[in-house]
Amino acid sequence: MRRVALLHTRAMQSSEKQDIHSEEFLRMLMRRQLRLSIACAAAFLIALIGMPLANYYAPDFMAQRVFGFTLSWLILGVLFFPFVWIISFSFIKRSIALEEDEVRSVQAPQPAKDGERRP
Amino acid sequence: MNIDPWIFAFSAVTVAVTIAMGIWSAKKSKTASDFFVAGRSVSVGWNASAISGEYLSAASFMGVAGMVMSSGYDALWYPVCYACGYLFLLLFIAGPLRRFGAYTIPDFAEGRFDSPLFRKIAVCFVLFIGFFYTMPQMKGAGTTLAYIFPGLPYWVGVVLVGVVITLNVALGGMKGITLVQACQYWMKMFAISLPVFVLLSVYGHYGNHLQANLVKESSSIISSGDTTSSLEMADKLNRKPLPEKSPADSIWLNPFGPLTTKAVDTAIKAAPDAARKSELQSQRRPYSLLYTYSLIIALVCGTAGLPHILVRFYTNPDGVAAKRTTMWVMILIGVFYVFPPVFGVLGRNLMPDLYNGLAGVKGTDGVVLRLPTLLSERYGLLGSVLSGITCAGAFAAFMSTFSGLLVSMTGALAHDVYGRILRPSSTPDERMRMFKLCAVICGAGAIVLGFLVEAFEINKMVGWAFAIAATSYFPLLFLATWWRGITMKGAATGMLVGGTLSLLAIASTMFADQAKWAGDLKTFYATHPLLRILAEQPAIWGLPLAMLLMIIISKLTAKDIPADIRMKMLVLHAPEKLGLKQEYIQEHQQSH
Repeated sequence: MRRVALLHTRAMQSSEKQDIHSEEFLRMLMRRQLRLSIACAAAFLIALIGMPLANYYAPDFMAQRVFGFTLSWLILGVLFFPFVWIISFSFIKRSIALEEDEVRSVQAPQPAKDGERRP
Repeated sequence: MNIDPWIFAFSAVTVAVTIAMGIWSAKKSKTASDFFVAGRSVSVGWNASAISGEYLSAASFMGVAGMVMSSGYDALWYPVCYACGYLFLLLFIAGPLRRFGAYTIPDFAEGRFDSPLFRKIAVCFVLFIGFFYTMPQMKGAGTTLAYIFPGLPYWVGVVLVGVVITLNVALGGMKGITLVQACQYWMKMFAISLPVFVLLSVYGHYGNHLQANLVKESSSIISSGDTTSSLEMADKLNRKPLPEKSPADSIWLNPFGPLTTKAVDTAIKAAPDAARKSELQSQRRPYSLLYTYSLIIALVCGTAGLPHILVRFYTNPDGVAAKRTTMWVMILIGVFYVFPPVFGVLGRNLMPDLYNGLAGVKGTDGVVLRLPTLLSERYGLLGSVLSGITCAGAFAAFMSTFSGLLVSMTGALAHDVYGRILRPSSTPDERMRMFKLCAVICGAGAIVLGFLVEAFEINKMVGWAFAIAATSYFPLLFLATWWRGITMKGAATGMLVGGTLSLLAIASTMFADQAKWAGDLKTFYATHPLLRILAEQPAIWGLPLAMLLMIIISKLTAKDIPADIRMKMLVLHAPEKLGLKQEYIQEHQQSH
């Protein structure tokens, strides 16, 4: 660990920035990333787990005709794909912004510890 | 032998172009790094096309359409989950793995746990899942060639395709493969979409063809408005009468159809008395829900654990590019997966004869290849040309997936087994020669395995590979990236127990269905439908079991957590711009 600290001191440019080797920084990093991933996964899982449940408990509703398709077929065979694109697009946008924010929190003179920057 | 010249010509051109591109790019890839991960300089667009090209296998191109035709709605879960598995990969695994920066999954396994032993276990799993996944590709190759050349034995197709791809990989390595696979994605997209557009414009729209199927079979004289409109639509589309063997409209069109209820239906048939029959009848729907969920878990988590897909993330220049690549992959494969089910729906209405065929190209699996020939009745050559195009697409499908797997397995053998375990002192030149030799060995192994699987369904076999990946690799990757308490012993135990048990469960249902000596097992499964479902779709218990084992054993062996775990987690999660990776490597070199 001392070696790490030495290397780190050499790499340091400003003494006020957040220490990237500290426990707090790692925890903050992982918590924010995991929170974002879980939020996106929840949106996706609700749909994925919900579809069989809807088919199970509301078969007549899911069997109604929409342009000749049954509602259930239309959702699973066609609409599900764009839905996944929307989730992944929003995840990528937020995740890249999050990384930039993390870099900034280390390099900026004022550490933005809980500066949740959302696009 | 009655060979259609158009079908033959398109297939021959596909093979010729594949070989030519392989040879052409072989001249360009010189260094060992080129061979393994294409010098890490593949652009987002190329890489996304290449991943999609590799991913869309014979199962996606032929198997999904055939399964939608034979099983109806439930088969839609396959394309949806094949596509959605990528989201899981993106959300939880792609970024951290890429930042950690290792050539292969065994590299990650060793680096994360500082354990050369674990690398060996991971290598075995790469080879294992890889070979499992090549079997359906070989089956696709054998059956497609049997369609193009009527009367040709199955094994000739397997040998032909196996040899061509093996040579291609041995000559070009990964660089060649990236180019070839990117082109093959677009070939497959073209081959699946163009015939669909032509068929839909000639024979009526997707929705209309679904409308022709009844939601409810009503026996009463007064039929509902929906029934009337369905019958009218069926008349308008000149729907052909369905043969005895096909599932009825309402069963086919609605969820919880033959795929998920088969185990209980078999049990009802075998039930000794009426009381047991009605008891089983009441279990039919809950069990089919269980089957659906287990299938979803296997397919979604299995994608994230497939070794030949993960290795591609290392060909991106940085983590942001890796994420963008996944986004594009999802769009590319999502668009693709809308089309195969259309073939299944049209096939049901227009070519129901396929229900009477045996498994393979003569059965529903061949609907993608055969359906376009219908057009010949009206437009002469057009049918043959379009059938030729779908055949070319099928070729592209199993050739690209097979070559991707071969690269991944060869990489494991040459890079890990030879370069790290057998002869760590070997020169780059020796390693490159070894890469070629290993490609030939793996190719030969895959061909031999291909001979053995003629009797099995393509999509089923792919499902097995996914279930095994979901119960072994996925828990490992997920916990190792997000939980710092995991130890080598915990990870290895969970992975081995989860993967092996689900493999045994799947194999037991396979033997019960096919082997003559397993008659007792067959009767056992027929009287225990719940166990049959859990054995056929093991992900629902295998994945939690593997995770639980990993957590418990890791807690017990907590003293084995690597000393520099904080640094490792930092490298996994900190943005690449902070340059922690270099620091980590420096530190590691000093401590060794």
